[in-house]
Amino acid sequence: MLKRSLAILTLLIIGYWLAQGLAGVPFGQDRMLVGHYYLEHVKEQTGAVNAVTAIVVNYRGFDTLGEVTVLFIASTGVAALLWRKKKKRSAKTEGSVVLTTGTRLLVPFVILFGSYIFIHGHLTPGGGFPGGATIATGFLLLYMAFTTYEIPHRGFEKTEGIAGMSYVLVGLIGLGIGGYFLFDWIWQTWQLGTDNIGRLFSGGFIPIIYILIGIKVGTELSGIIDNMVKEEVSE
Amino acid sequence: MISVYYFGAISLILIGLYAVLVKKNLLKILIGLSIMETGVNLLLISIGYVSGRSAPILSEGIGPNQAVDPIPQALVLTAIVIGVATTAMALSVAMLIYEKYGTLNIEEIRRLRG
Repeated sequence: MLKRSLAILTLLIIGYWLAQGLAGVPFGQDRMLVGHYYLEHVKEQTGAVNAVTAIVVNYRGFDTLGEVTVLFIASTGVAALLWRKKKKRSAKTEGSVVLTTGTRLLVPFVILFGSYIFIHGHLTPGGGFPGGATIATGFLLLYMAFTTYEIPHRGFEKTEGIAGMSYVLVGLIGLGIGGYFLFDWIWQTWQLGTDNIGRLFSGGFIPIIYILIGIKVGTELSGIIDNMVKEEVSE
Repeated sequence: MISVYYFGAISLILIGLYAVLVKKNLLKILIGLSIMETGVNLLLISIGYVSGRSAPILSEGIGPNQAVDPIPQALVLTAIVIGVATTAMALSVAMLIYEKYGTLNIEEIRRLRG
Protein backbone atom coordinates (compact mmCIF):
# COMPACT_ATOMS: atom_id res chain seq x y z
CA MET A 1 0.00 0.00 0.00
CA LEU A 2 2.83 2.34 0.92
CA LYS A 3 4.60 1.52 -2.33
CA ARG A 4 1.52 2.29 -4.38
CA SER A 5 0.82 5.62 -2.73
CA LEU A 6 4.48 6.55 -3.04
CA ALA A 7 4.38 5.66 -6.76
CA ILE A 8 1.20 7.68 -7.28
CA LEU A 9 2.76 10.66 -5.49
CA THR A 10 5.89 10.50 -7.65
CA LEU A 11 3.82 10.16 -10.79
CA LEU A 12 1.68 13.14 -9.84
CA ILE A 13 4.84 15.22 -9.40
CA ILE A 14 6.13 14.03 -12.80
CA GLY A 15 2.74 14.77 -14.37
CA TYR A 16 2.64 18.27 -12.90
CA TRP A 17 6.17 18.89 -14.18
CA LEU A 18 5.23 17.68 -17.69
CA ALA A 19 2.08 19.79 -17.68
CA GLN A 20 4.12 22.83 -16.64
CA GLY A 21 6.42 22.22 -19.58
CA LEU A 22 3.54 21.84 -21.99
CA ALA A 23 1.76 24.94 -20.74
CA GLY A 24 4.20 26.95 -22.85
CA VAL A 25 3.15 25.05 -25.97
CA PRO A 26 -0.34 26.33 -26.84
CA PHE A 27 -2.59 23.78 -28.46
CA GLY A 28 -3.78 24.22 -32.02
CA GLN A 29 -1.48 27.04 -33.12
CA ASP A 30 0.59 27.16 -36.24
CA ARG A 31 4.13 26.37 -35.13
CA MET A 32 5.43 24.99 -38.40
CA LEU A 33 8.91 25.95 -39.53
CA VAL A 34 10.07 23.15 -41.79
CA GLY A 35 6.51 21.94 -42.17
CA HIS A 36 5.58 24.95 -44.30
CA TYR A 37 8.40 24.25 -46.68
CA TYR A 38 7.37 20.62 -47.00
CA LEU A 39 3.71 21.46 -47.58
CA GLU A 40 4.46 24.10 -50.20
CA HIS A 41 7.04 22.17 -52.17
CA VAL A 42 5.83 18.61 -51.82
CA LYS A 43 4.00 18.57 -55.14
CA GLU A 44 6.72 19.84 -57.42
CA GLN A 45 9.61 18.26 -55.53
CA THR A 46 8.29 14.76 -55.02
CA GLY A 47 5.13 14.48 -57.10
CA ALA A 48 3.22 13.07 -54.16
CA VAL A 49 -0.03 14.50 -52.85
CA ASN A 50 0.22 12.95 -49.42
CA ALA A 51 2.74 15.08 -47.53
CA VAL A 52 3.30 12.52 -44.76
CA THR A 53 4.42 9.73 -47.07
CA ALA A 54 6.53 12.18 -49.06
CA ILE A 55 8.35 13.12 -45.83
CA VAL A 56 8.66 9.54 -44.68
CA VAL A 57 10.04 8.17 -47.94
CA ASN A 58 11.55 11.13 -49.70
CA TYR A 59 12.66 13.99 -47.46
CA ARG A 60 13.55 11.79 -44.50
CA GLY A 61 14.21 8.52 -46.25
CA PHE A 62 16.95 7.51 -43.85
CA ASP A 63 14.40 7.31 -41.04
CA THR A 64 12.40 4.81 -43.02
CA LEU A 65 15.48 2.78 -43.83
CA GLY A 66 16.30 2.65 -40.13
CA GLU A 67 12.71 1.76 -39.31
CA VAL A 68 12.73 -1.11 -41.80
CA THR A 69 16.02 -2.24 -40.27
CA VAL A 70 14.52 -2.16 -36.76
CA LEU A 71 11.58 -4.27 -37.89
CA PHE A 72 13.89 -6.70 -39.65
CA ILE A 73 16.06 -7.03 -36.54
CA ALA A 74 12.95 -7.58 -34.42
CA SER A 75 11.68 -10.35 -36.66
CA THR A 76 15.11 -11.98 -36.78
CA GLY A 77 15.40 -11.59 -33.01
CA VAL A 78 12.04 -13.23 -32.37
CA ALA A 79 13.01 -16.06 -34.68
CA ALA A 80 16.35 -16.46 -32.87
CA LEU A 81 14.80 -16.35 -29.40
CA LEU A 82 12.07 -18.85 -30.20
CA TRP A 83 14.26 -21.11 -32.27
CA ARG A 84 13.72 -24.85 -31.79
CA LYS A 85 14.74 -27.85 -33.73
CA LYS A 86 11.24 -29.23 -34.21
CA LYS A 87 8.28 -26.96 -34.04
CA LYS A 88 4.61 -27.50 -34.55
CA ARG A 89 1.41 -25.58 -34.10
CA SER A 90 0.18 -26.08 -30.56
CA ALA A 91 -3.46 -25.26 -31.36
CA LYS A 92 -5.80 -28.16 -30.84
CA THR A 93 -9.28 -26.75 -31.39
CA GLU A 94 -10.35 -26.18 -34.93
CA GLY A 95 -12.31 -22.99 -35.50
CA SER A 96 -16.07 -23.24 -35.99
CA VAL A 97 -17.48 -23.62 -39.49
CA VAL A 98 -18.56 -20.00 -39.52
CA LEU A 99 -15.01 -18.88 -38.68
CA THR A 100 -13.26 -21.08 -41.22
CA THR A 101 -15.68 -20.28 -44.05
CA GLY A 102 -15.64 -16.59 -43.19
CA THR A 103 -11.84 -16.61 -43.16
CA ARG A 104 -11.73 -18.34 -46.52
CA LEU A 105 -13.95 -15.62 -47.96
CA LEU A 106 -12.28 -12.71 -46.20
CA VAL A 107 -8.56 -13.38 -46.64
CA PRO A 108 -8.40 -12.48 -50.37
CA PHE A 109 -10.21 -9.23 -49.65
CA VAL A 110 -7.94 -8.40 -46.72
CA ILE A 111 -4.83 -8.98 -48.85
CA LEU A 112 -6.32 -7.01 -51.75
CA PHE A 113 -7.09 -4.09 -49.45
CA GLY A 114 -3.62 -4.22 -47.93
CA SER A 115 -2.09 -4.04 -51.40
CA TYR A 116 -4.41 -1.16 -52.24
CA ILE A 117 -3.18 0.72 -49.19
CA PHE A 118 0.51 0.41 -50.00
CA ILE A 119 0.16 0.98 -53.75
CA HIS A 120 -1.75 4.22 -53.14
CA GLY A 121 0.63 5.45 -50.43
CA HIS A 122 1.35 8.71 -52.24
CA LEU A 123 -2.32 9.57 -52.77
CA THR A 124 -4.33 8.36 -49.78
CA PRO A 125 -3.68 7.93 -46.06
CA GLY A 126 -1.63 4.86 -45.35
CA GLY A 127 1.50 3.62 -47.00
CA GLY A 128 3.79 0.67 -46.68
CA PHE A 129 3.57 0.01 -42.95
CA PRO A 130 -0.25 0.06 -42.55
CA GLY A 131 -0.64 -1.92 -45.77
CA GLY A 132 1.89 -4.51 -44.65
CA ALA A 133 0.20 -4.77 -41.25
CA THR A 134 -3.15 -5.33 -43.00
CA ILE A 135 -1.69 -8.15 -45.07
CA ALA A 136 -0.22 -9.71 -41.93
CA THR A 137 -3.73 -9.53 -40.42
CA GLY A 138 -4.92 -11.77 -43.24
CA PHE A 139 -2.30 -14.36 -42.34
CA LEU A 140 -3.16 -13.99 -38.64
CA LEU A 141 -6.79 -14.83 -39.58
CA LEU A 142 -5.58 -17.97 -41.34
CA TYR A 143 -3.54 -18.96 -38.28
CA MET A 144 -6.51 -18.39 -35.98
CA ALA A 145 -9.02 -20.30 -38.08
CA PHE A 146 -7.03 -23.35 -39.17
CA THR A 147 -5.02 -25.45 -36.73
CA THR A 148 -2.72 -26.79 -39.43
CA TYR A 149 -2.04 -23.66 -41.43
CA GLU A 150 1.58 -22.59 -41.86
CA ILE A 151 3.01 -19.91 -44.05
CA PRO A 152 5.29 -21.20 -46.81
CA HIS A 153 8.58 -20.42 -45.04
CA ARG A 154 11.06 -20.59 -47.86
CA GLY A 155 9.11 -18.29 -50.13
CA PHE A 156 8.32 -15.84 -47.33
CA GLU A 157 11.86 -15.47 -46.08
CA LYS A 158 13.22 -15.04 -49.57
CA THR A 159 10.58 -12.45 -50.46
CA GLU A 160 11.40 -10.52 -47.30
CA GLY A 161 15.09 -10.44 -48.07
CA ILE A 162 14.61 -9.54 -51.71
CA ALA A 163 12.22 -6.69 -50.85
CA GLY A 164 14.67 -5.25 -48.32
CA MET A 165 17.57 -5.53 -50.76
CA SER A 166 15.57 -3.87 -53.53
CA TYR A 167 14.88 -0.91 -51.26
CA VAL A 168 18.60 -0.43 -50.70
CA LEU A 169 19.16 -0.98 -54.42
CA VAL A 170 16.71 1.81 -55.32
CA GLY A 171 18.66 4.06 -52.97
CA LEU A 172 21.97 3.01 -54.52
CA ILE A 173 20.70 3.76 -58.04
CA GLY A 174 19.90 7.23 -56.71
CA LEU A 175 23.46 7.45 -55.40
CA GLY A 176 24.75 6.61 -58.86
CA ILE A 177 22.50 9.04 -60.72
CA GLY A 178 21.98 11.97 -58.41
CA GLY A 179 24.95 11.92 -56.10
CA TYR A 180 23.38 10.96 -52.78
CA PHE A 181 21.75 7.93 -51.26
CA LEU A 182 17.95 7.68 -51.73
CA PHE A 183 17.96 10.36 -54.43
CA ASP A 184 14.57 10.32 -56.16
CA TRP A 185 15.85 9.49 -59.65
CA ILE A 186 12.46 8.65 -61.14
CA TRP A 187 11.10 12.09 -60.38
CA GLN A 188 14.14 14.35 -60.54
CA THR A 189 16.03 12.82 -63.46
CA TRP A 190 13.48 11.00 -65.56
CA GLN A 191 10.58 13.34 -64.67
CA LEU A 192 8.06 10.56 -65.11
CA GLY A 193 4.49 11.56 -64.40
CA THR A 194 5.03 15.30 -64.02
CA ASP A 195 1.67 16.10 -65.66
CA ASN A 196 -0.01 13.32 -63.72
CA ILE A 197 0.12 14.57 -60.12
CA GLY A 198 -2.71 13.20 -58.02
CA ARG A 199 -3.13 10.08 -60.16
CA LEU A 200 -1.63 6.64 -59.70
CA PHE A 201 1.40 7.00 -61.98
CA SER A 202 3.11 9.84 -60.18
CA GLY A 203 5.03 10.38 -57.01
CA GLY A 204 8.50 9.47 -58.20
CA PHE A 205 9.84 6.43 -56.41
CA ILE A 206 7.40 6.62 -53.48
CA PRO A 207 5.00 3.95 -54.87
CA ILE A 208 7.89 1.64 -55.74
CA ILE A 209 9.50 1.93 -52.31
CA TYR A 210 6.16 1.57 -50.57
CA ILE A 211 5.32 -1.57 -52.53
CA LEU A 212 8.67 -3.03 -51.41
CA ILE A 213 8.14 -1.91 -47.80
CA GLY A 214 4.58 -3.25 -47.78
CA ILE A 215 5.69 -6.68 -48.97
CA LYS A 216 8.56 -6.68 -46.47
CA VAL A 217 6.44 -5.61 -43.48
CA GLY A 218 3.66 -8.05 -44.40
CA THR A 219 6.00 -11.03 -44.59
CA GLU A 220 7.92 -9.97 -41.49
CA LEU A 221 4.89 -9.60 -39.24
CA SER A 222 3.50 -12.90 -40.58
CA GLY A 223 6.84 -14.50 -39.69
CA ILE A 224 6.64 -13.09 -36.15
CA ILE A 225 3.11 -14.51 -35.77
CA ASP A 226 4.33 -17.84 -37.11
CA ASN A 227 7.16 -18.00 -34.59
CA MET A 228 4.92 -17.09 -31.67
CA VAL A 229 2.13 -19.62 -32.24
CA LYS A 230 4.46 -22.63 -32.44
CA GLU A 231 5.71 -24.94 -29.76
CA GLU A 232 8.45 -27.47 -29.50
CA VAL A 233 7.47 -31.08 -30.00
CA SER A 234 9.26 -33.65 -27.90
CA GLU A 235 10.22 -36.81 -29.66
CA MET B 1 -5.53 25.84 -18.84
CA ILE B 2 -3.97 22.79 -20.39
CA SER B 3 -5.52 21.25 -23.48
CA VAL B 4 -7.48 18.03 -23.05
CA TYR B 5 -5.24 16.26 -25.59
CA TYR B 6 -2.09 17.12 -23.65
CA PHE B 7 -3.82 16.07 -20.45
CA GLY B 8 -4.88 12.74 -21.94
CA ALA B 9 -1.44 12.06 -23.37
CA ILE B 10 0.28 12.84 -20.05
CA SER B 11 -2.24 10.67 -18.21
CA LEU B 12 -1.56 7.76 -20.58
CA ILE B 13 2.18 8.13 -20.00
CA LEU B 14 1.67 8.23 -16.23
CA ILE B 15 -0.67 5.21 -16.26
CA GLY B 16 1.91 3.25 -18.20
CA LEU B 17 4.66 4.33 -15.82
CA TYR B 18 2.50 3.34 -12.85
CA ALA B 19 2.05 -0.14 -14.30
CA VAL B 20 5.80 -0.45 -14.84
CA LEU B 21 6.58 0.69 -11.29
CA VAL B 22 3.96 -1.17 -9.31
CA LYS B 23 2.82 -4.30 -11.15
CA LYS B 24 4.47 -7.65 -10.47
CA ASN B 25 3.32 -9.56 -13.53
CA LEU B 26 5.67 -9.29 -16.48
CA LEU B 27 2.83 -9.16 -19.01
CA LYS B 28 1.21 -6.30 -17.11
CA ILE B 29 4.51 -4.43 -17.23
CA LEU B 30 4.60 -4.93 -20.99
CA ILE B 31 1.03 -3.66 -21.25
CA GLY B 32 2.17 -0.61 -19.26
CA LEU B 33 5.01 -0.02 -21.71
CA SER B 34 2.57 -0.18 -24.62
CA ILE B 35 0.22 2.30 -22.94
CA MET B 36 3.14 4.64 -22.30
CA GLU B 37 4.15 4.45 -25.93
CA THR B 38 0.60 5.27 -27.03
CA GLY B 39 0.67 8.32 -24.76
CA VAL B 40 3.93 9.54 -26.27
CA ASN B 41 2.53 9.12 -29.79
CA LEU B 42 -0.65 10.99 -28.87
CA LEU B 43 1.43 13.82 -27.38
CA LEU B 44 3.53 14.12 -30.54
CA ILE B 45 0.49 14.15 -32.82
CA SER B 46 -1.37 16.73 -30.75
CA ILE B 47 1.63 19.07 -30.73
CA GLY B 48 1.43 19.15 -34.54
CA TYR B 49 -2.26 20.04 -34.66
CA VAL B 50 -3.36 23.41 -35.99
CA SER B 51 -6.96 24.36 -35.20
CA GLY B 52 -9.44 24.08 -38.02
CA ARG B 53 -7.09 22.52 -40.55
CA SER B 54 -7.36 19.13 -42.18
CA ALA B 55 -5.03 16.21 -42.86
CA PRO B 56 -1.86 16.98 -44.86
CA ILE B 57 -3.07 15.34 -48.06
CA LEU B 58 -3.12 18.10 -50.61
CA SER B 59 -6.07 17.89 -52.96
CA GLU B 60 -8.21 20.41 -54.80
CA GLY B 61 -9.93 21.72 -51.71
CA ILE B 62 -6.88 21.67 -49.46
CA GLY B 63 -3.90 23.87 -50.18
CA PRO B 64 -0.65 24.12 -48.23
CA ASN B 65 -2.29 26.63 -45.90
CA GLN B 66 -5.15 24.37 -44.89
CA ALA B 67 -3.12 21.40 -43.69
CA VAL B 68 -1.72 20.50 -40.28
CA ASP B 69 1.96 19.93 -39.60
CA PRO B 70 2.98 16.73 -41.42
CA ILE B 71 6.28 16.19 -39.58
CA PRO B 72 4.91 14.82 -36.26
CA GLN B 73 2.76 12.40 -38.23
CA ALA B 74 5.83 11.11 -40.05
CA LEU B 75 7.66 10.79 -36.72
CA VAL B 76 4.77 8.89 -35.15
CA LEU B 77 4.59 6.54 -38.14
CA THR B 78 8.18 5.61 -37.34
CA ALA B 79 7.56 5.43 -33.60
CA ILE B 80 4.58 3.09 -33.95
CA VAL B 81 6.53 0.58 -35.99
CA ILE B 82 9.43 0.66 -33.55
CA GLY B 83 6.97 0.17 -30.68
CA VAL B 84 5.50 -2.88 -32.39
CA ALA B 85 8.97 -4.29 -32.99
CA THR B 86 10.09 -3.85 -29.37
CA THR B 87 6.80 -5.28 -28.08
CA ALA B 88 7.25 -8.38 -30.24
CA MET B 89 10.79 -8.86 -28.92
CA ALA B 90 9.70 -8.35 -25.31
CA LEU B 91 6.80 -10.78 -25.69
CA SER B 92 9.04 -13.51 -27.01
CA VAL B 93 11.45 -12.94 -24.11
CA ALA B 94 8.47 -13.23 -21.76
CA MET B 95 7.51 -16.51 -23.42
CA LEU B 96 11.03 -17.85 -22.85
CA ILE B 97 11.03 -16.69 -19.22
CA TYR B 98 7.77 -18.47 -18.57
CA GLU B 99 9.13 -21.65 -20.12
CA LYS B 100 12.30 -21.52 -18.00
CA TYR B 101 10.92 -20.42 -14.63
CA GLY B 102 7.28 -21.40 -14.79
CA THR B 103 6.23 -17.99 -13.53
CA LEU B 104 5.85 -14.45 -14.75
CA ASN B 105 6.12 -12.85 -11.31
CA ILE B 106 9.16 -10.60 -11.40
CA GLU B 107 9.89 -11.18 -7.72
CA GLU B 108 10.17 -14.92 -8.18
CA ILE B 109 12.49 -14.65 -11.14
CA ARG B 110 15.57 -14.33 -9.00
CA ARG B 111 18.54 -14.74 -11.22
CA LEU B 112 19.02 -15.46 -14.85
CA ARG B 113 20.41 -18.95 -15.03
CA GLY B 114 22.35 -19.79 -18.16
